[in-house]
Amino acid sequence: MDCCGAKELKKHFRDEEVDLRLMDEILDKYKNVPGSLITILQHAQEIYGYLPLSALEYISRETGIHTSQIYGVATFYTQFRLNPVGDNLIMLCKGTACHVNGADRIEEAIVEELGIKNGETTEDNVFTLNNVACLGCCSLSPVMMINGITYGSLTPDKAKSILREIKEATLQKRGEK
Amino acid sequence: MKVVVGLGSCGIAAGAKKVYDELKEQVDQGLDIKLDITGCVGMCHLEPIVDIYYDDGQFDRFVKVKDDEIIDLVNKAKEKNIIEDKKISSEDEEALKKQVRIAIENCGVINPERIEEYIARGGYKALEKCLTQLSQDEIIEEIKISGLRGRGGAGFPTWFKWNAAKVEKETPKYMVCNADEGDPGAFMDRSVLEGDPHRVLEGMIIGGYAIGAQEGIIYVRAEYPLAIKRLEIAIAQAKEKGYLGKNILGTGFNFDIRIKAGAGAFVCGEETALIASLEGERGMPRLKPPFPAQKGYWGKPTNINNVETFANVPWIIRNGGKAFASYGTEKSKGTKVFALTGKIKKGGLVEVPMGMPIKEIIYDIGGGILNNKKFKAVQMGGPSGGCVPAFLEDVTVDYESLTKVGAIMGSGGMVVMDETTCMVDMARFFLDFTRKESCGKCVQCRLGTKRMLEILERIVEGNGREGDIELLERLAVEVKDGSLCGLGQTAPNPVLSTIRYFRDEYEAHIRDKKCPAKSCKPLIHYEVADNCIGCGVCRRNCPVGAISGKVKEVHVIDQETCIKCGKCYEVCKFDAINIL
Repeated sequence: MDCCGAKELKKHFRDEEVDLRLMDEILDKYKNVPGSLITILQHAQEIYGYLPLSALEYISRETGIHTSQIYGVATFYTQFRLNPVGDNLIMLCKGTACHVNGADRIEEAIVEELGIKNGETTEDNVFTLNNVACLGCCSLSPVMMINGITYGSLTPDKAKSILREIKEATLQKRGEK
Repeated sequence: MKVVVGLGSCGIAAGAKKVYDELKEQVDQGLDIKLDITGCVGMCHLEPIVDIYYDDGQFDRFVKVKDDEIIDLVNKAKEKNIIEDKKISSEDEEALKKQVRIAIENCGVINPERIEEYIARGGYKALEKCLTQLSQDEIIEEIKISGLRGRGGAGFPTWFKWNAAKVEKETPKYMVCNADEGDPGAFMDRSVLEGDPHRVLEGMIIGGYAIGAQEGIIYVRAEYPLAIKRLEIAIAQAKEKGYLGKNILGTGFNFDIRIKAGAGAFVCGEETALIASLEGERGMPRLKPPFPAQKGYWGKPTNINNVETFANVPWIIRNGGKAFASYGTEKSKGTKVFALTGKIKKGGLVEVPMGMPIKEIIYDIGGGILNNKKFKAVQMGGPSGGCVPAFLEDVTVDYESLTKVGAIMGSGGMVVMDETTCMVDMARFFLDFTRKESCGKCVQCRLGTKRMLEILERIVEGNGREGDIELLERLAVEVKDGSLCGLGQTAPNPVLSTIRYFRDEYEAHIRDKKCPAKSCKPLIHYEVADNCIGCGVCRRNCPVGAISGKVKEVHVIDQETCIKCGKCYEVCKFDAINIL
């Protein structure tokens, strides 16, 4: 990683101390199975919530796949994240049916309520907003999914009040309220 | 008495899980009923749906059941005291009867997590027949007679693909199921996988036997966790029963299936990109030929079919290719599942014979346009497709007719639009999607879609220039010609088809700086009409304080302050806010 772009590239990653041994079981299972890079990355993300730089380097060392190739795969697929997300990941559906039924107005309401744009995390780390292509619940459009729960037939006001409830619950859980 | 709750993804989103949990709790405390689940029956607009089967064999379907109503409903039903308000309307039942269900015949009927129920409905009979009575060629011949064509979009004859993989000498061979349903606005495959997973497995095993493969892979979107879970359960059950694994049904045929979760890339629906992704790489398409049938997964003969294609196979083997071919048109045989969404009253999943006119699907099955607005167009085939305008509502749904009018069959997304949908904005929406999803391999696709998007963006923002339409048309040809795979070759379709049928809307945006659908924000403004009674509701609801006026006097909107959020239009009870 000493080529000219290395410094720039590093900016894309979050390099935190993580327990790399958590990946050993997965690596033992898959490192000798050709074509398993995506599966390994999916498991790594499940463990850490995102893909830390050190984890990618560890995967490279263990599997022999070059870091550049791993970076290529990690940035190609929308599922993979190079940065941590907040406690609640908002997946706002921007599929065709949702678009026709006003997903843009829901997005505006979320942006207004939380002050973050697509891909960003709130300062208090409670929410991350991610626009997604389609959640497949088209007849309930517009929809968003938070922590695996789908909220359908949204209006801007309904979306805002759902976010407030979740924020309240999150802060309570943290013991801040 | 048996109570069955529909637990598909949309049912759960509508609150079906809460209904189920409520019942479960009561059953645990002694409520005397048999509680069960099923997949999506396709009437998403009526979810949560609860079916009650009485001991005398009678059956009632209840719709839009809330969790605080269910116990009362069940208790009353036990005494044959039916809450009529909650029963499905005869109109909705009629809509169901107009359909012909083959691929989704079991969806919403059986418990997808129990193999016994699939077997009881004739499941795995087709596999047994294939393995014990039919040769590989006979199976392929039966599929040929049925006229089955790929349900993923392109409509390539299934028998031809199977035969091409079968004649290859090299081994091992692979049978791949494409369940990477990435088309926004389509969820047919998800419903089949969630509602009847064994059917897809059976279709794959039969196909695997026909081409001489021993390994099957299902490539599913990671966004479909419930589908993955039910497939895992189904695979384990099929293995236990001896329909999958070594020496299937004692015939010496070995076949295994594993699941590979995709990681979110629309382009992976293209078969060579899907193969690259299966191999753990960036999902970028490869040059054809060689075709996957010759050199696919790890360079070995590979056949890839869509979920719905596989779901038709067991039915065809059980009932014969001729029975399947008796539905549909001369060149498009059988049925097709559509996800009917958008501005439609009764959105959901419908399966109809090929050749049905679009208007029958929209009005007779879909119940017409939401809020009784005017039908404008229906978008078919998602980002690769085009729109069919209202004046062509007699066009029938089959591969040839749709292609002729500039749309495509696609995977089955059918998004209905009304007079308030701006067609230029729709084109922008799809281009924005394909621009993001372009893998970047071909310059024309990577940069061409970006340039086209920029032009569309400036048009909807009111900065369109004279000549932009022609420029879009020219770029469209170049993107189509210069792209390796289907994504780029079809990406300009939504633009071309909206220009073809709604050129006047493009011109209104560019020349008059007006959006005829009154949807593009930079081109509209709000005004209070003379019939305002001065109630003050709009003034109180305006988030930026742009509305002023005394009580009982006509109010005024300050255009400088107004952010065009539309709140006043929504809250006014007297239709006194005009969009101009």
